[in-house]
Amino acid sequence: MIAFLSQPWAWYISGPLIALVMFLLLWVGGNFGVSSTLRSICAAGGAGKQCDFFDFDWKNQRWNLVFAVGAIIGGFIASTLLQNPNPLLINEQTIKDLSSLGIDFNGTIAPEALFNWKNLLTLKGFLVMVVGGFLVGFGARWAGGCTSGHAISGLSNLQLPSLIAVVGFFIGGLVMTFLIFPILF
Amino acid sequence: MKYIKFLIVGILFGIIMTKSEAISWFRIQEMFRFQSFHMYGIISSALAVGFVLVQIIKRTSMKTYEGENIDFKDKKMSIARYLFGGIVFGLGWALSGACPGPMYTLVGNGFSVFLVVILSAILGTYTYGLLRKWLPH
Repeated sequence: MIAFLSQPWAWYISGPLIALVMFLLLWVGGNFGVSSTLRSICAAGGAGKQCDFFDFDWKNQRWNLVFAVGAIIGGFIASTLLQNPNPLLINEQTIKDLSSLGIDFNGTIAPEALFNWKNLLTLKGFLVMVVGGFLVGFGARWAGGCTSGHAISGLSNLQLPSLIAVVGFFIGGLVMTFLIFPILF
Repeated sequence: MKYIKFLIVGILFGIIMTKSEAISWFRIQEMFRFQSFHMYGIISSALAVGFVLVQIIKRTSMKTYEGENIDFKDKKMSIARYLFGGIVFGLGWALSGACPGPMYTLVGNGFSVFLVVILSAILGTYTYGLLRKWLPH
């Protein structure tokens, strides 16, 4: 059983399971939108005193913070108990393209040479981790949601605004990948 | 105790995101370079099943397990907010290789430095809150 679950899960297993997570969250009285936790954390930290955007009762959103803690624990379980013993299978061309930018693939889920504490003090590391995270947080709130809120919850409910947001996600992602990466790396 | 169900669903989410490899920086690059179907398959099958589940909830007026209504609020129509906000998000998604869900999950995967990415995302959200009056919505 454990060995079976430890293999990478195919897209046609993973996708429907993500939809099931959305369904379960609705059934237990929540909703699927992870970036809202970032706003709740601002509110919990007292940002409501300086800015009325954060002046709301974040305690009603505590369930979402608990969900986020669950996501951390789930990541731990999946990477220990259900660890895939084999290296990640990434498209050969992607590996080649990234290696020509100086980003080496060694079978791990994220480039370890990029994502480590020491690298935070380098320009590239700062841009990837600090600026990258900042843009995600800023953009998600501006757009009113992230991948879970718009691409999954919103599109499942046929919301046109979510489609516009997802088009935006891809414009931004393509500009970063094809125009900014070659300058950055 | 009333939060334990959210913890369980969160754990399930973290496991799915890890085992699907959707938390992988490399998988996100594959997607934006159109070199693999994997991420598109995940998103489109999630959508297909999600659409059916939402229809079931709506048509059967399904309640939460505590008997409360499940409401779907329509998102307010605008172009600027979703397009510009989406573009900023997409720039960050490709750069960090993670959207908010995976950021949390990656910490559990042992990439503790993602705590800094989460902190930056919180700072980004805070900065948006300060600037939102001047941004097109």
